[in-house]
Amino acid sequence: MNMQINQFRFWAIGLATSWLALFVLVPSLMVLVTSFLTRDPDFLIRFEFSLDGWRSVFDPSFISLLWDSLSMALITACICLAIAYPFVMCLMSLPSKWRPIILFLLIVPFWTNSLVRIYAIQYLLGKKGLINDAMLGIGLIDKPLDLLYTPFAVIFGLSYILLPFMILPIYSAMEKLDLRLLDAAKDLGANAAQRLWRITLPLTLPGIVAGSLMVILPAMGMFFVADLLGGSKHALLGNVIKNQFIQTRDWPFGAALSVLMIILLSFMLWLYYRATKLSNRQGGINDSDF
Amino acid sequence: MTQTFKFGFIGLVLFYVYSPIFVLMVNSVNGSRYGNKWQGFTFKWYEKLFENDALMQAAWHSLVVGITSATAATVIGTLAAVALQRYRFYGKGAVSSLVFVSMLTPDIVMAIALLILFVTLGIELGYISLLIAHITFCLPFVIISVFSRLKGLDMSVTEAARDLGANEWQVFSKIILPMILPAVASGWLLSFTLSIDDVIVSAFVTGPGYEILPLKVYSMVRVGVSPEVNAISTLLFVGSVVLIVISQLLLRYKRK
Repeated sequence: MNMQINQFRFWAIGLATSWLALFVLVPSLMVLVTSFLTRDPDFLIRFEFSLDGWRSVFDPSFISLLWDSLSMALITACICLAIAYPFVMCLMSLPSKWRPIILFLLIVPFWTNSLVRIYAIQYLLGKKGLINDAMLGIGLIDKPLDLLYTPFAVIFGLSYILLPFMILPIYSAMEKLDLRLLDAAKDLGANAAQRLWRITLPLTLPGIVAGSLMVILPAMGMFFVADLLGGSKHALLGNVIKNQFIQTRDWPFGAALSVLMIILLSFMLWLYYRATKLSNRQGGINDSDF
Repeated sequence: MTQTFKFGFIGLVLFYVYSPIFVLMVNSVNGSRYGNKWQGFTFKWYEKLFENDALMQAAWHSLVVGITSATAATVIGTLAAVALQRYRFYGKGAVSSLVFVSMLTPDIVMAIALLILFVTLGIELGYISLLIAHITFCLPFVIISVFSRLKGLDMSVTEAARDLGANEWQVFSKIILPMILPAVASGWLLSFTLSIDDVIVSAFVTGPGYEILPLKVYSMVRVGVSPEVNAISTLLFVGSVVLIVISQLLLRYKRK
């Protein structure tokens, strides 16, 4: 009987631990190691220390591409924030029985194939697409605009796909907001703008940072968005990584780029912890306050 | 802000979210090949779809990978959640942070990490590599879904069962499992949809011999408009929505 007790415990702990170690931890370390190895035309990589992969990362021509990808990701995050924040504020002022329903309606499409939804956006943005048709129809423009295969199209697609990842963290931050603080501020004579700027924004900052983290990183990796909406000219970091692994076969460079993404992830996690600390200090009510 | 404005804004965002999908659905029954004008109702794209053997085979492969990986991820994930909730063990903190990290890691990084592992170990890229990859990215979602259900339960029943002589396996199978079953089922459905919809990870870890639906669709839409894609997308969308609604209902379901 004692055997049996230990057996269940052993399997429950062992299975998941070994899976995560073998397929999450080990591969991540292998990426790090690969970024310091030598490229080999026949066997992909050779076990010989080299900084070539990292040298390619700091190549000026690549830096500009990296900058393009980062700025597209940042603009995407700003657009998502600009839609998500007012959306959540509107949502919060609705009766509470409505909120989960609207949130659910918003989330449903995002569990469906993102590739398919990007393909649908091709329809909308095309020369004969709905947006051009509509604008021609009301006489806003004389001839169809080139919307597709521009940075605009890529940003449009990314912000469309990633919007819920901004909305959900902001929503959960907003839910935790103590409404009595707003009432108190109102009683003390703060107007709506002051209440937003001095109370709501600082206290929901962790949500904003978490949302940005969940938008910016995927926005740099979604190669199919750039492929389908940006053509070949407007590549994301994800396209470059994919090329290094599938076409050019420069694994050390591709691995170095992935390490770069992990560094960015860690930096944003650090920002998140800072934001949580900050919002706690600025008047958020904690258990420790009592 | 007036009430009308609020509803207007929420409505606008929902419209923005649904309009591309709506366009796809309409075009899947539109006679026009390029889908910019309405040219009569037709089912011909669906017929063409079912005649396209390569696409059907890719869909079958996706279904196989989806079902097997969701099942494996659910078994491992459920056990992991129970272990994390019930037991103290060496490295527990590390396991929790690995779950957290694997959820936040961008898909593309996970994809190349697994690719490097498979190539190093000499695992052929195909069904097995896809299976391992899909289990890995589904796992954290199952763990979190089951874990949050476990946290909400009154665990004194399990202590009573232990006192009455039940062993750990009996406690799990007779008490814990029935209580967390909705979350387990919901985790399975979630994993299945994640698996069916994945493009990024699969693009790296599958080989030419084993084509799956999203990648097949990807190669079709890259070369140009193909109305069958509208049809398959509509089917995928409807299928995903059904599964997600079921999974949400399961999560809300409370035992009386």
